[in-house]
Amino acid sequence: MFACLYGSGPLTALAFEFSPTVERTAPDTVTFDAAGLDRLFGAAQDLAAAMVRRAAETGCQANLALAANPDTAVCAARGFAGVSIVPEGDEAKYLGRLPLALLAPTPELQETLERWGIRRFQDLAALPPLGIAERLGPEGLRLRELARGEAERKLAPEAEPLRFADEIELEYPVDLLEPLAFLLARLLNGLATRLATRALATDELRLRLKLESRATDERTLRLPVPALDPKAFLKLLQLDLAAHPPLAPVVHVWLAMNPVKPRAAQNGLFIPLAPEPVKLELTLARIKSIVGEDRVGSPELLDTHRPGAFRQKGDRRIFPAKAAAFDGGDGRRKNASVPLLALRVFRPPRAAQVTLASGQPGFLAAEGIRGKVLEFAGPWRTSGDWWTTDPWSRDEWDIALSDGALYRIYCSPRGWFVEGSYD
Amino acid sequence: MAPALLQKQFESVLGGPLDWQARPAPEVVRTGIPEVDAAIGGLPRGALTEIYGPASSGRTSLFFGILAAATERGEFCALVDAEDAFDPASAAQAGVRLERLVWIRSAHNAEHALKAADLLIQGGGFGMVAMDLGDTPAATARRISLTSWFRLRRAVEHTPTVLVTVARQSNAKTCASLAIECARERTAWSGAPGTSRLLRGIRVRAKSIERSKVCSPVFTAAAL
Repeated sequence: MFACLYGSGPLTALAFEFSPTVERTAPDTVTFDAAGLDRLFGAAQDLAAAMVRRAAETGCQANLALAANPDTAVCAARGFAGVSIVPEGDEAKYLGRLPLALLAPTPELQETLERWGIRRFQDLAALPPLGIAERLGPEGLRLRELARGEAERKLAPEAEPLRFADEIELEYPVDLLEPLAFLLARLLNGLATRLATRALATDELRLRLKLESRATDERTLRLPVPALDPKAFLKLLQLDLAAHPPLAPVVHVWLAMNPVKPRAAQNGLFIPLAPEPVKLELTLARIKSIVGEDRVGSPELLDTHRPGAFRQKGDRRIFPAKAAAFDGGDGRRKNASVPLLALRVFRPPRAAQVTLASGQPGFLAAEGIRGKVLEFAGPWRTSGDWWTTDPWSRDEWDIALSDGALYRIYCSPRGWFVEGSYD
Repeated sequence: MAPALLQKQFESVLGGPLDWQARPAPEVVRTGIPEVDAAIGGLPRGALTEIYGPASSGRTSLFFGILAAATERGEFCALVDAEDAFDPASAAQAGVRLERLVWIRSAHNAEHALKAADLLIQGGGFGMVAMDLGDTPAATARRISLTSWFRLRRAVEHTPTVLVTVARQSNAKTCASLAIECARERTAWSGAPGTSRLLRGIRVRAKSIERSKVCSPVFTAAAL
């Protein structure tokens, strides 16, 4: 048995819900193999009712026809409104009243048939095949077969689009994260299994929550490398939901995974130790929930002379996805065996009161720091960004204080500050 | 069969008495500072190393040297910075490969720093996990219970991770396998007082205490 949908809406997606063999016959026509569906749905009427119900749910507006061969189903769907079930063996009688224009004959053929007074399927079906073959050729014979509902052919099936999404409509609103986690686990496990059967992984999870307040909460979780670990995914989603909870109880959950090829990495004896990417993502998500979102990441210096300019890369791919053998460095330090004097900075810099003696620092008092300046070096005058709206300029001093520590202080237009201590 | 008899039979087969109680020496990694490496041999993996000393004692210079050596080896490192005192520019100049470092700023909260360090060790895969409590007030650092340090020590045991803490004073006590106490011996200034001068560096004595073995290598941290 074959079914045909003729109309508008997501017809192909609807057909794939019922059959894996789907042909996109025309932009507005989808034909699919419905053989064996009677064992699931029962009689043809029940099957048609199920399809109509699902079409209404998915927003399809289409005629439906069920027939023994695909072309009859197509003709019936295009010719009759609503649901048509063509009885097997009575195709010619069922289609007889339909106009010939439905078969889309060539203009010359249509003109000839018009002159003969042949306007309906039943008129063409009644003509003798030998006479048609002599006068109209093979095209005429094909039209006669279609009009009689006897044309047999195989479907040209379309590959099912790889969509990995699932949803749950909740019977009652969920306002706690724990029951929501159960639902997410169910969706994640199902989607992960579907991906695994196709030897795929995912690098992006999209979660859409419909809320009781009719608002939609949408969030996307990007993974550093393709992975397929539903437990880790669940934990990441839980942490994200805990950090940014939905604003109202949830009534509908939709989850999708972006299918990608799994990561192929060859481990080696000489490759240095590196954290497993998904585990690292999970660890950092946990830490972010403790210390804050913007306080975790890999430091990166900015291309500027402004003191203390850096940013923290807190997004995905903190580390390179592939832990390659190390290249031995770029030789940024010529004499690496001599350690450099490190600076510990105060964030923000501590405002200080500096007493000057002969134009040089003599005494310093700041939060937690107080003492006489014993030694000093400076001032080192620097400035920059004067061409922008945020210029900076400062005179830096390195000082040894009577409290025993070495500090870097600076004088800017806003006053004196202690930038940090040498350690 | 009695254990003593079994032991004797094993020893006869293996050709000599064996020290059955001895534990294999832990793998050590170099600190990147030849003087310190020569004296203490390196930092043990799977154990807690404590670096401590007062402000400007050279502990951060030593720590940056260790971090630079680890990232130069190609290892991934994590720094839990309790007081937000890490200076990326200074670390990069010291040779630290910043792209191989995760920096966690725990916003002046030592308890959060401990939790973060614990999670990083449990996550695994890091060559070094460091916790910087260098500017944490001594009273706050002392309030960290010995149980917390013990838990960290247990977590890092049997892993290839080097756990390092930097602090003002020794906090981990017996939980640390290696303790290095830093003290500044001398500050080098160039030029005569009153003239244009430069801070040239500091000379640091790193006194190491490891299972009653004491050594005091001296190294110089040079200003750039």
